[in-house]
Amino acid sequence: MEPTDATPVIEVVDVTRSYELGARAEPVAALRGVSFVVEQGGFVAIVGPSGSGKSTLLNLIGALDRPTTGTVRINGRDIAALNDTQLARLRNTQIGFVFQQFQLLPRTSATDNVALPLVYAGLGRAERVERARAALSAVGLGHRLTHQPNELSGGEQQRVAIARALVTDPRLILADEPTGNLDTATGDDVMALLEALNADRGVALVVITHDPDIAGRAPRQIRLRDGVSVGATRGDPLTRTASERLHDGPPGVQGIGGA
Amino acid sequence: MTFAESVRVALTAIRANRMRSSLTVLGVVIGVLSVVLLVAVGSGARAVVTAGVEDLGSNLLLVAPGSFEFGQAPTRSQFTLDDIDDLSRELRDRAQVTGSIASGERVRSDTGSAFTSVIGVTADFEDVVNRPVARGEFLNESDLATGRRVAVLGATAAEGLFGGIDPIARNITIGGLRFRVIGTVEPLGTALGVDRDSQVYVPLTAAQRLFGIRTIDTLFVRTDDRADLDGVTLAIERVLSERFEPDEFSVLSQDEILGVAGRILDTLTLVLAAIAGISLLVGGIGVSNIMLVSVSERTREIGLRKALGARTTEITRQFLVEAIVLCGIGGVLGAGLGVGLSIVADRWTPVPAEVTWWSVALAFGVSVLVGVVFGVFPARRAGRLDPVVALRRE
Repeated sequence: MEPTDATPVIEVVDVTRSYELGARAEPVAALRGVSFVVEQGGFVAIVGPSGSGKSTLLNLIGALDRPTTGTVRINGRDIAALNDTQLARLRNTQIGFVFQQFQLLPRTSATDNVALPLVYAGLGRAERVERARAALSAVGLGHRLTHQPNELSGGEQQRVAIARALVTDPRLILADEPTGNLDTATGDDVMALLEALNADRGVALVVITHDPDIAGRAPRQIRLRDGVSVGATRGDPLTRTASERLHDGPPGVQGIGGA
Repeated sequence: MTFAESVRVALTAIRANRMRSSLTVLGVVIGVLSVVLLVAVGSGARAVVTAGVEDLGSNLLLVAPGSFEFGQAPTRSQFTLDDIDDLSRELRDRAQVTGSIASGERVRSDTGSAFTSVIGVTADFEDVVNRPVARGEFLNESDLATGRRVAVLGATAAEGLFGGIDPIARNITIGGLRFRVIGTVEPLGTALGVDRDSQVYVPLTAAQRLFGIRTIDTLFVRTDDRADLDGVTLAIERVLSERFEPDEFSVLSQDEILGVAGRILDTLTLVLAAIAGISLLVGGIGVSNIMLVSVSERTREIGLRKALGARTTEITRQFLVEAIVLCGIGGVLGAGLGVGLSIVADRWTPVPAEVTWWSVALAFGVSVLVGVVFGVFPARRAGRLDPVVALRRE
């Protein structure tokens, strides 16, 4: 279905994910029943210590992995029902990734790095360059178009990565420890940039972090411990839990059931 | 992602690792170069043989003892002067007949000495086998009839024995017997590996006495008309059948000689190409190896590309194209170098080489094929990488 404004960006319903480590070993459960919803334009921090299942959750809502049980919907589409090619397309058009390690291609200009997702979207070179430049300008790097990653500071590299996440005009930006490799001041700048995009463009923003200061900037936090969500700030209309939404009546129910 | 885009990405990756790419390409370059160069050498040898045989003239027939086939043991000749006489009489209006016996002998003059090929011939040898006289005259019927001890020198034989001095009317000794030089032959060059210019010609009868034999090695028949070749062949067979069994002699045209020599040389060329093919194969394995390294080194890049929306097939194609481009570059360089070295070898070394375009096309085609075959495995491995695992790789 075509997502409407009422369709949440992310719906996670009773999701578990376990890994087979060996033929004889018991499967290891990384997620053991997690549910939450992120509405269009929402801003959520997923927090928890290492080993709590943050990365596993990120892979699921990033459409890089499928749940063992339960349902993950991105813009209303159940990722378990999509094949690898459809998942690739979903990632390409609807999700922007920002990684802790920046993950820029070395020896490649900022413009080409930012344009990379557009290559897989099938755009021509001229349009790719134009959109990449616009995205770089939007993150304040209009003067760094031809610089290669090793010629940029850490903060600038992460801005390039944010421009790359932005360039396909996605509905969701997933930022995995976006400030983890940056000093506090630069980290604050990067967070301010992400928040501005969230506020100005209405892009939903999910930040995964173990840093309470960063998490505290989000109006709503989902805390993970040992694969389950423990406590969430209730009442935020943009990021209620799935069960809260189910009591809401038609729009919310439609959002979940209509996929 | 279009194909042109894949090539662009491949070129970027190849440029990013110049040293490694160069070494990988080098393996393919050497493989393709070897194929082109060795096939050129094989073809060059064939061309030399062909030219040598054709040099004899297309209307020349050779009568050799035994059956003339690849792998046949040499046979001792039983031909005599009578056979030349009989054939000459029978073919009087249609062809000229001559014969020769040859032996390596020590030839001395007052000023020099050489171990060289002394050939006993009849007077018609000059015309039948084409030995144009430079100075003096060739042997005549009377020399032959009387077994006169006169000699005609090839160009280098004359130079070696007499230096700059005019050898006409001077004496040489062959096997202790004295011969008077009556003529020299124009320089003729080498044919079929035989240096024709170092030969010394004496009357057949004198040579028989000198070597202590009564037979003739080979008969040569030149038809007046090329179209009469088959008719003359039949006539020769008829005449000789009166004295010999059919398997005791063979009449050979230029085509038949070329056929036998050609089969040998084609085999040689094939063997050379096969050896070169092995080096191309080794080059391909090198490409495969490097592509595997490349895939494993760029695991994170692959994970990133997948996260950004690359499909499995797009990743596979990217690495496959990279392998093909590497091999293609190697193919072009190798073919270019192979052609260049062949030309250099042909011009500035004694090794004859003739570039055959099928070998260039084949070698280039095979190198690209090598890219496909040896690129598929690493490329599929790249495409199948789990993005989650790939992104986490340090």
